[in-house]
Amino acid sequence: MSVKENLFKRIGKAIGRFFKKHWIDLTVLACVIPPIVLLFDYIYDKFRFAKKIKIFYDQFIVNQGYERLLEGLKNTALIAVVGLMIGIVIGTVIAVIRVIRPTNRVIKYAHNIVGAYVALFRGTPIVVQLLVGYFLLLPIMKVQMDPVAACITIFGLNSGAYISEIMRGGINSVDPGQLEAARAVGMPYSTSMLKIVVPQAIKNILPTLGNEFIALVKETAVVGYVGAVDITTTFQYLASNSYEYMVPYLVMAIIYMVIVAVIAALVKLMERMLAKSERRQ
Amino acid sequence: MKEGSNKKIGEPIISVRGLTKTYGKLDVLRGIDEDIREGEQVAIIGPSGSGKSTFLRCLNCMEDPTSGSIIFEGVDIADRRVNINTHREHIGMVFQQFNLFNNKKVIDNITLAPIYVGKRNLRRAKLKNALRTIANLFRKNKKELIPITKTKKEIVLEARERAMELLRRIGLEEKATVYPSTLSGGQKQRIAIVRALAMNPKVILFDEPTSALDPEMVGEVLDLMRALANEGMTMVIVTHEMGFAREAADRILFIDEGQIKEQGTPAEVFDNPKNPRLQEFLSKVL
Repeated sequence: MSVKENLFKRIGKAIGRFFKKHWIDLTVLACVIPPIVLLFDYIYDKFRFAKKIKIFYDQFIVNQGYERLLEGLKNTALIAVVGLMIGIVIGTVIAVIRVIRPTNRVIKYAHNIVGAYVALFRGTPIVVQLLVGYFLLLPIMKVQMDPVAACITIFGLNSGAYISEIMRGGINSVDPGQLEAARAVGMPYSTSMLKIVVPQAIKNILPTLGNEFIALVKETAVVGYVGAVDITTTFQYLASNSYEYMVPYLVMAIIYMVIVAVIAALVKLMERMLAKSERRQ
Repeated sequence: MKEGSNKKIGEPIISVRGLTKTYGKLDVLRGIDEDIREGEQVAIIGPSGSGKSTFLRCLNCMEDPTSGSIIFEGVDIADRRVNINTHREHIGMVFQQFNLFNNKKVIDNITLAPIYVGKRNLRRAKLKNALRTIANLFRKNKKELIPITKTKKEIVLEARERAMELLRRIGLEEKATVYPSTLSGGQKQRIAIVRALAMNPKVILFDEPTSALDPEMVGEVLDLMRALANEGMTMVIVTHEMGFAREAADRILFIDEGQIKEQGTPAEVFDNPKNPRLQEFLSKVL
């Protein structure tokens, strides 16, 4: 069975397990929360939850706000996932350059260049990078770019700087004998790294990488600065349209929490699968 | 020379001349001249910290020598301009800590390097042929193209077949699809030896192959090494197993303080040591 099929099967099983284990809790929550909300409404007149929910419902369903949300979700996912992929590629390259011992001048220059890159992208806030990149560099270079594409690029470059440090730790955590053995059978440094050391390093840093992905997802909340539509801007729009802020912003927070919970569960699953492949069968 | 074995010791395969190695201010090797001849088994003994492992690792340039030359098949591989990778293919190495690739199954551990080398050679031959075809358009006496006999698929299949054959030889064919972490130390080390053999090396370097093993697993590894020795494989073995060195080696080198202090046949070295440092060493370990 391929790893991919295996993963889907396991996800299905995990969801099934979750509902089997928690269905009582979920039912109780569904039965208890609405009455409590209504009770609060009744006691404290100024909250007026029911009315606010009604306004949000009108905005979201009747006025087709969900279409905007779907686009926002799509953009958030796109920016986070593609950004992470770009980040992993850039981070791996930088980390591999950084672990070479500086024996000659070319390697020393390469070290300085990637060092400056990391310092640049770690030293400035992501919002600043977005603003500078989109409103300064792109016009200077006379490039027309979709805001989402610009965000993907900047987020990729940014996470590359962070992942390079994570990856360097991962590479250093792999037994040096692995590289030695690969070199001893006649494979060049780059191939040995790519086929032997980096796969083992990725296994070691998977929890940290998952953390980085979660951070990335949450950081995408700032892409509204350059006019890209994401989850945050969707709810900002819904809220300011109706002058009702409470329900949209609460729903927004819950959506982020659910996304992060799903990612955390997936990372855990992948970790377990990778660990299993090397245990006794 | 052992009785009953019909081996021939031939030309020098690795010639070491004036080899020195320093780490900072520490002189590990201070001028070693030595020939490893084809078909002979050389055991290197000596106290720890004497530089015997460093000497072995210099033979395939895992450690770059500080000065001196290492001539392998007529090429000085200590020269930095030489592409060391093409020469390392022909020098197998077995490590104390096995160093099997943890992320590869046993069979992939063995076939990784042969497949890599086969594909690379194929790529090179194709490139050369393409260039020659173009150059031949302008040549009067045409150069012949390099014959390409195997496809990529055949390279992979052949490497797998050879790997299975080697695994059968050591009786571990049912372990082909497991990961190295599921194996015992002795099994790991035998697979590491097989991994070196899969490249059809001219010489195999053993860096204390039994030092990290449980005592009861030492035997199976030594048996395999003995079998290789009887087939006439050229071997250089750094070892603390004096019994094995005496029985299987043609020649013993005693290294101390970065120099070869004494060498000779096992009988000469073990029964009649001349160097006082060797006498002291032997009195401790025998």
